[in-house]
Order: sequence, then C-alpha cells, then structure tokens
Amino acid sequence: MVLLQNLINALQWGSFYALIALGYSMVYSILMLFNFAHGDIFMVGAYIGFGVASALIALTAMGAFALPGWLILVLTILFSMFLTSFVGMIVERIGYRPLRAAPRASAAITGLMIGIILETGNLALLGAQRVSFPSMIDTVTYDMGGVFVTNKKIMIVVVSLLLAGALHQFIRRTRYGMAMRAMAFDYVVVPLMGVPLNTMAAMTFALGSALAAAAGILFGVAYPVLDPYMGILIGWKAFVAAILGGRGSVMGATLAGFLLGFIEIFVAMIFPSTLRDLIAYSIVLLILVFRPHGFFGEAYSARLRL
Amino acid sequence: MKKGLLATGIIFCIAVVMAFYACGPKGPETIKIGINAPITGDIPKVGEGSKFAAEMWLEDINAAGGLQVGDKKYKVELVIEDNESKAESAVKVATKLITEDEVLAIVGPQSSKQAIPAGGKANELQTPMISPWSTNPDTTKDRPFVFRGCFLDPFQGPVAANFIKDEFGFTKAAVLYDVASDYPKGLAEFFKEAWEKNNGPGSVVAFESFTTKDTDFSSQLTKINNSGAQVLFTPQYYNEVALIVQQAHQLGWDKPIVGSDSWGSAETVKLCGKDCYGLFFSTHYAAAGATGATKEFIDRYNKNHGYVPDDVGALTWDSIHLLQQAIQNTGGLTGDIKKDRVAVRDQLAKIKDFDGITGKMTFTEEGDPIKCAVLVRISDAGEFEFYKSVCP
Repeated sequence: MVLLQNLINALQWGSFYALIALGYSMVYSILMLFNFAHGDIFMVGAYIGFGVASALIALTAMGAFALPGWLILVLTILFSMFLTSFVGMIVERIGYRPLRAAPRASAAITGLMIGIILETGNLALLGAQRVSFPSMIDTVTYDMGGVFVTNKKIMIVVVSLLLAGALHQFIRRTRYGMAMRAMAFDYVVVPLMGVPLNTMAAMTFALGSALAAAAGILFGVAYPVLDPYMGILIGWKAFVAAILGGRGSVMGATLAGFLLGFIEIFVAMIFPSTLRDLIAYSIVLLILVFRPHGFFGEAYSARLRL
Repeated sequence: MKKGLLATGIIFCIAVVMAFYACGPKGPETIKIGINAPITGDIPKVGEGSKFAAEMWLEDINAAGGLQVGDKKYKVELVIEDNESKAESAVKVATKLITEDEVLAIVGPQSSKQAIPAGGKANELQTPMISPWSTNPDTTKDRPFVFRGCFLDPFQGPVAANFIKDEFGFTKAAVLYDVASDYPKGLAEFFKEAWEKNNGPGSVVAFESFTTKDTDFSSQLTKINNSGAQVLFTPQYYNEVALIVQQAHQLGWDKPIVGSDSWGSAETVKLCGKDCYGLFFSTHYAAAGATGATKEFIDRYNKNHGYVPDDVGALTWDSIHLLQQAIQNTGGLTGDIKKDRVAVRDQLAKIKDFDGITGKMTFTEEGDPIKCAVLVRISDAGEFEFYKSVCP
C-alpha cells in the first residue's frame, strides 16, 4: 500500500524532472553546451502560465466567453508554451549566439548570469511576494483502498508522457527533427551542408523552453506557490537527470527524470527523511561511477539519440 | 531705558542661541534606529510587516516633533535594510547598521535563522538589538545586548503539545519540519520533548523532515499517514504551510494539523485557501476580537495598508516601543554612541510590566520577556480567531 502510494508520488515528482531534463539534453546535443538558465526558464514559464491563467479566468468571470476549467488549463498550457519558447529564443540570441566560438566555460557562465537576470528581473517586476497559482480544476481525490490519487496527479503524469512522446516523434519523423539529429553529429560541418545553424539553435531552445513552460504550469497545478527562485534547485536536479540519462539522449533524459523522482521518494520512504538528498544523490553518484556516460550515453559523443 | 532693555534682550537671545549652537555638536541631533528585515527572500510579507509597523511608529514620533529624552528633543531616523531572509546577509546588515550608519540600536531580524547569527554580531559590537519575532532560545542566550519581543520555543512547544492533549485527547503525534532552518527545527524538538513527557516515549510516531525550498512532501506525508498519528504538528512558515496542508489532504489525511506562530501571516490563508480552515496554531496575538490599544493599532494599520497586520507587525510595534521606553529611561544621551548604546541596553534590561499590544512583558536575565501565548483557530471565513490564552 505504502509502496503503491509512493510509486504514484514518484511518478508525479519525476514528471517535472523529465520535462526539464529534456531541455538540457536537446540543447547539449546540438550546441554542446548546458543551458544553465534552463531552471529559470522553467520559473518564467510558470509565471507566464500564472499570467495567462489569471487573464483567462478574469475574462471568463467578466463573461467574455464561458470556458470550463479544464479548457482554461489546456489553453494556458498551450499559450504559455508558445510564449515561453520566445523567451528561450531570446536567451539563445542574446546570451549564447555571440559566444558560440568562445570556450564552453564562457557559455556556461553566461547561462548562470542569464539565470540570475531572470530571477532578479522577476523580483523587480512582481516583487518578492509569493504568487498563488490559480486553481483551474477542482481537486478530486480518489481513494483506491488506501492509495490516494488525485485527478491532478493523473493529469500531470499523462501530460508529461504525452509531451515527451510528442518530442520523440518530432525528432524521429520530421525534417527538422532529422536536421537536429544531423546537427548533433557535428554542429560545425553540418551547417556547411546547408542546414541553417541559427535556425536550428533557436528552434532547439524554443522546444526546450516550451517543455519547461509545460513543466512550470504542471508544477503550479501541483504546488500552487510560485516564487522567483523556484527554478534553481529543480533546475540543478533536472540537470543531474540529463547527465544520468546520457547527454543528448531524449529517451534517456525522460527515463532518468522519472528515475530521479523514484530515487528521491523511495529514499525518503526507507531512510530518515533528513538524509534524503544525501543518500539519493550518493546513489546517483554511484551510478555515474559505473556508467560515466549515463544510461544512453556514449563515450566522447554527444549525438542526439532517440 | 526701553531701548536699553530691548538691546539687552536681543543680546541675551543671541547669547542663548550661540550657546545652544556651541553645545549642539556635543549631543547627537538625531537618533538613528536600524531595522534589519527580510524585505525580499523567502518571507517578504514578514519584512513588509516590520517596515510598516516601524514607519507607523516614526509617524507618531514626528507628529510629536521628535523623541523627548531627558530635557532634549531628538529627531529620529529609521535605517531600514534588507537581509534577503538569509543568515549571512542578516549579519552583514547588522554590521553595516552598527559600524557605518552608527545606529543607536537595532530592531530585527525577525526569524531565528537570521536573528541568531545577527544577534552574535550585535552583542560583539555592543549594540542593543531587539528581535521582535525570533522564538529560538539561542538568539539571546549569553548575549547581554540582545533582547526579544516574544515568548520562546521552549514555552511554545509545550503550549502546542498540551493544547492538543486537552482539546482532542490524542496520544500519537507526527511532526514535519524543515531541518535546515533554526526555528522549525528547534520548535519541532521542543514539541517532541513536551509531547513525549505527556504521552510517554515513542508517542511521536513520525518525526519527518525536509530541507528549505523543497516543495514535494508526498513521501514524508505518506509515512506520516501510515504511522498511526492522530495529529500533525508542522511549525513551518506560511509558504510551506500551504503546500504541506494541501498535499496532506490530497494524500487522504483528514485529521487535525496544528502549527506555530510562523503560521500567523496574512499570507497563510491566501496561499492555502479552504484547506487551512478549521486548523489551530499557537501565536502571540489574535487580530479578530482585539480590544483597546491592540484594536487601535490594527485599525490604523488596516486603514493605511489595506490588510489586518499579522503578529510580526504587532511585535515589531511593541519592540520599537520597548526601545523608545529604554531610550527615554536613560534620562539623556551623552552623544558618545558607545556609551549611549550601553546605557540603552541597561535600561532595556530593567523594563518591568511593559504594557504592549501583544501583552504585558517583563524581561528576564537573558533578555527574554515573560508573556502569554494565544491559540488561534482559522475560521471558516479564513480569519484568525482567538481560541484560548495560555500563560506561563
């Protein structure tokens, strides 16, 4: 019973890691850099979601149109993903493109700076007060013989899996996906074959950011207290998931995201919760000692793999 | 003759003015008081409450034309600094206020996480500091220059434990707290001690923790759910309270949840919503149903800022009045900031039966006031209702 309950807890918690880790992985595969501002793009996505949801709720309340709660949520996710993808593209254009020829360390530092700018920018814009994420659908708790599941939990896991699956299909089946895979082989040579590097880089950032926005909104649904620094810790942990999955691996990032969720939840179940992160990340370290390139990683390769 | 008298008068006046000017620089013209508050960071509402209360006090002083100390009126200046709700920043702010701004005394920081390290600094630099809201014993322990405006956790822990026993008659409790923050950690331990004293060893059936910034408590709450606990005690700040209570309910927890004074923010109900209705917590004062000076303060604050002040506002108000009283009791300032700071500290330690809006206070040797605690129930309208009062 406890096991089953924690399995469900872990599925929800892992969904966030998976969605965020995907963004790290994709960008790494194309540009060989880790976008350390990604956790903060997740935060921006959550706030944009907050703005869109509040606006839609206000419009519905004024009687502009009558939308049921679940439709508002769907629209919020779609709009916010769209808007946040532009944030990702702007970050790429301003922060990373001028540094493309610079050493990787410079780009990593830029990422940290952009992260700080996004956090403090938000702080300046909205103030330090916590924001309460609007509840668009009522929480319904199902009691299945002592195991409790809410409609929100189910929705979060399903939407995350759908998005990860959609990304998988996009990379496998579309021309852009093919271009991304090609770029992952060698981002210096492939552009010489006529694949536009700038377009591809922007697109990768847009996709990653859109997924982060979706994660942000789902996060808001599950934990309805937003603050400007909410993306830092979860961003770091999702980065760990991206490494664990094997840099550049879409499937790997998704699986590792869920795995990380499972490890955290189950460690807290078995050991004293005070030691949760200590034990959880020691396990991750141990896995990386035996598989230094992660589950789906290959030595000295950053290919985008499915 | 008349002309002569007039001339003498004028000369006399000039002499007086000149003498006044000559004496002037020897005593300070303004008294500076530092406010060390979390304006940004984890608990900005707490910083806002401290700031507003201090500013209201300054308005009163300015309206009276300054602060009367001995036979002289001083202008008062507040130096409000942000400690970002971080321990290291709080120490930096305290140092800056003392050495650069040369304040006479400091009010704040509010939470124990910042007040404990900042108190060490203030004591080292021999500057009186009053933390209005910090309930952890370490804040004032062995620090003659550090005081507080509230009761302590060793008092609050048993208050909560005894209340649950008297009210519900439960014998098994669970605790969920942030292990990385001084206040929840200290209070969780005091609660556990008191509870096990009442109900025997092992009666705290789950003692679970997390770290600051965590948002998912599902694993800990699942454990608590299956531990057979009849009540959950969680001495957390308002942002975590919302998450903990909602997640507990979603995991099927339908038993009481009890909190501590850190719940008493205007934000708690805003973030938590209906999930928090009907829950209890121990605190310093209850806004609903207040009378006298307390009501006056609440109404005035509400009029100026559009919401009912939480306990931080009220305690800051009391603390700054305590400080005012101590400054006035010195009977006159010398102008030597170091001597004046010591004089203010000595007067603070002597204060007896101070009539504050959060209750009567008398300081002990350690600089801790002896005062009563209040148990508050969050009503079905989301208001903090007075439930009962517990005195030491």
